[in-house]
Amino acid sequence: MRKLALPDEILLSIQQPARYIGGEVNMCIKDPKSVPIRFAMCFPDVYDIGMSHLGIQILYDMFNRREDIYCERVYSPWTDLDKIMRERHIPLFALESQDPIRDFDFLGITLQYEMSYTNVLQILDLSQIPLHAADRGEDMPIVIGGGPCAYNPEPLAEFFDLFYIGEGETVYDELMDRYKENKKANGTRIQFLEQAAQIPGIYVPAFYDVSYHEDGTIQSFTPNRPCAKERITKELVMDLDQVNYIDKPLVPFIKVTQDRVVLEIMRGCIRGCRFCQAGNIYRPMRERGLDYLKDHAAKLLKSTGHEEISLSSLSSSDYTKLEELITFLIEEFKGKGVNISLPSLRIDAFSLDVMNKVQDVKKSSLTFAPEAGSQRLRDVINKGLTEEDILTGAASAFHGGWNRVKLYFMLGLPTETREDIEGIALLSEKVAETYYDEIPKEQRRGKVQVVASSSFFVPKPFTPFQWARMNTKEEFIEKANIVRQKFREMLNNKSLKYNWHEAELTVLEGVMARGDRRVGAVIEAAYENGAIFDSWSEYFQESIWMEAFQRCGLSLDFYTTRERSLEEIFPWDFIDAGVSKEFLKREWQKAMKEEVTPNCRSRCAGCGALKFEGGVCFEGKN
Amino acid sequence: MKVRIKFSKQGIAKFIGHLDVMRYFQKVMRRADIAICYSGGFSPHQIMSFAAPLGVGITSLGEYVDIEVEDSEPIATMKERMNQTMAEGFQVESITRLPDQAVNAMSLVAAARYHLTFRPGYEPEDPKGWMKELEEFYGQKEIRITKKTKKGQKELDLASLVYELSAQGEGVTMVISTGSEENIKPDLVLDAFYQSKGMERDPFAFLIQREEVYGRIPGGEGPFPFLSLEKLGDCHE
Repeated sequence: MRKLALPDEILLSIQQPARYIGGEVNMCIKDPKSVPIRFAMCFPDVYDIGMSHLGIQILYDMFNRREDIYCERVYSPWTDLDKIMRERHIPLFALESQDPIRDFDFLGITLQYEMSYTNVLQILDLSQIPLHAADRGEDMPIVIGGGPCAYNPEPLAEFFDLFYIGEGETVYDELMDRYKENKKANGTRIQFLEQAAQIPGIYVPAFYDVSYHEDGTIQSFTPNRPCAKERITKELVMDLDQVNYIDKPLVPFIKVTQDRVVLEIMRGCIRGCRFCQAGNIYRPMRERGLDYLKDHAAKLLKSTGHEEISLSSLSSSDYTKLEELITFLIEEFKGKGVNISLPSLRIDAFSLDVMNKVQDVKKSSLTFAPEAGSQRLRDVINKGLTEEDILTGAASAFHGGWNRVKLYFMLGLPTETREDIEGIALLSEKVAETYYDEIPKEQRRGKVQVVASSSFFVPKPFTPFQWARMNTKEEFIEKANIVRQKFREMLNNKSLKYNWHEAELTVLEGVMARGDRRVGAVIEAAYENGAIFDSWSEYFQESIWMEAFQRCGLSLDFYTTRERSLEEIFPWDFIDAGVSKEFLKREWQKAMKEEVTPNCRSRCAGCGALKFEGGVCFEGKN
Repeated sequence: MKVRIKFSKQGIAKFIGHLDVMRYFQKVMRRADIAICYSGGFSPHQIMSFAAPLGVGITSLGEYVDIEVEDSEPIATMKERMNQTMAEGFQVESITRLPDQAVNAMSLVAAARYHLTFRPGYEPEDPKGWMKELEEFYGQKEIRITKKTKKGQKELDLASLVYELSAQGEGVTMVISTGSEENIKPDLVLDAFYQSKGMERDPFAFLIQREEVYGRIPGGEGPFPFLSLEKLGDCHE
């Protein structure tokens, strides 16, 4: 039996002790003393969320295939344990060996959402690792950041030794080899970082200096030593069938958010929605082969014993062999007690037919993401879903027996007018009307239920909207109230429901998303005053953050509501994410003219991702 | 065909709650390719029923779950196949085939045997003497206590529900009423004793292990009319 880091007295007095004991099915066991490199892989949120993340499982599997690395996991202790660990000075530990993180060679932290940044500091703090990279001695782990938020790493620059920009499967091997060589040669920490800085995709923030104009915008961003590259080009896998996927995912004891086999069918997206960061930074779209997926579906179900399999991608309907894949999954596994959960597919005859086969129509609902309430605004954001698509799709679904529809919208999009905002209620009303028009009274099973939800728009780096002015909290709330009021005026308002997200949280997300190095001090000040688990609304405290801005002498509006000129140097401009700034500018200007851009398969928009020489850019050209 | 699985829960597995143990075994069945039967309906579920939930923090040598498998399922290799896919702390101890008319383990449960020792660092000055005192306390003919229930409180005679209690060196073994009729937990047995001495019980003072779960022998009489669920399964055949 492994020895646990926490005694029974603690484990039996906190919620869900299984979060901290490891020992799950398919956990990797190695003798820590016999491996030269120990890597702690971290998702800075509670276990239940972190264990649901596919990327970490892929990297865990990848690292542990190497005999010279032992990769273990660590998550944020929930607030109950967090308090106990601080009081008793218990160092944060990895789940596998239960050894303190500070004794590891590496601590890799995935950055999936901006509001996890105070939890990054929690992880460092509880691990008893100095928060600032500059203060870390030779015996401290090298702290690496990765994931989508690493595409603007600047707010976290002070806290990380290096960032890995892009997909993890490509240069980690090289990075680990350099580390081993350096260790063997008794090299120092800084010598390793100098080596690392020369590897493609690796960014060492300490090797760059930033200067600012008087108005607070960036004047220059320059390397301060020869080993540091001018520009960091993102790493990506060009042939997804040539890299290992997971064979044996970890199976948690407790019910986590994603309690199923996840089959990643493709990366990237052809659609080019102008608000979407994932759709831009993961270009070009690359598919996995059908045989590869069939093979892995069977292996993953067998090795985990999960009763559900789900597909993962940004837009599954664009997967070229979707019909064959889904038919295979149904024929192969449906009779064996395995549920097939389909991601939001475009609603058409095919998707309704398969949904009918795999879901209980009475219990499930249909989802549409129009994102904006009017066709005009949908053109601005380049969301190629028309009102006709939605109403025709809804009509066929109603005939198929469904009577619940979910609609997703955003408020605060660029150029938004009152008509666009009210359009959310009008479109929802039309969906309800479609039900009553299409389905005769005697065939109806009760009322139709249309649930519309709106989130608030956050401009993100590497999107055409990176220049956009973000709304203030007050504007957001006012807009949500307009929608709510309009819903009340609708004839079918008893069949309609409207939900909206918290505005306070969104505003801060906006600061982190487009923040520069100076924002790091705000994060640290907020953390010191108790900010943690900010993405959990029950723990988010706006006042702590407002105080932190004041203490650091920074203006929140500078990062959110300020108008940015096309010439401005952005904090993330030193990263080459594939999509060129010229392309993004072009798209921003087209958006202002309400002009749409066709998807990658219809016509190449010249985004710049062609230079990676693969994926959708070369589809049908071999 | 009905099958009774006996398994142990040791080490870290004691932190896994009952609902999670149920989910865990559902996945074991799929990983080990057990031809388990499913219920009908739109979302079929495995035909599986657990004998008696075990509290978090308690280890066990004798937990039971009944399942129904296809007749083609090779029982001889079941235990081995399941143990190849177990997580740390769980192990299948035996597989017993049940007659088709067998009632499920849950409704059979009548008693359970527990072994308790002091957790290191919590021992009184004289642990053996302490255990002897506990044994003597349960030697009484009647022990009236008030038990908190979901609906409120009720009075009962604890002595009649503690079927056996004997000190063994620095530990104590007890067989106590378990299951749907009167579910008594070791904590309750300890609390009555502590109360009689006017003392508070530290919730972490004891390491508790369930050693066996029993059903009542049909028509059985005498001081110990119980048989382990494993053997009770056998005697139907």
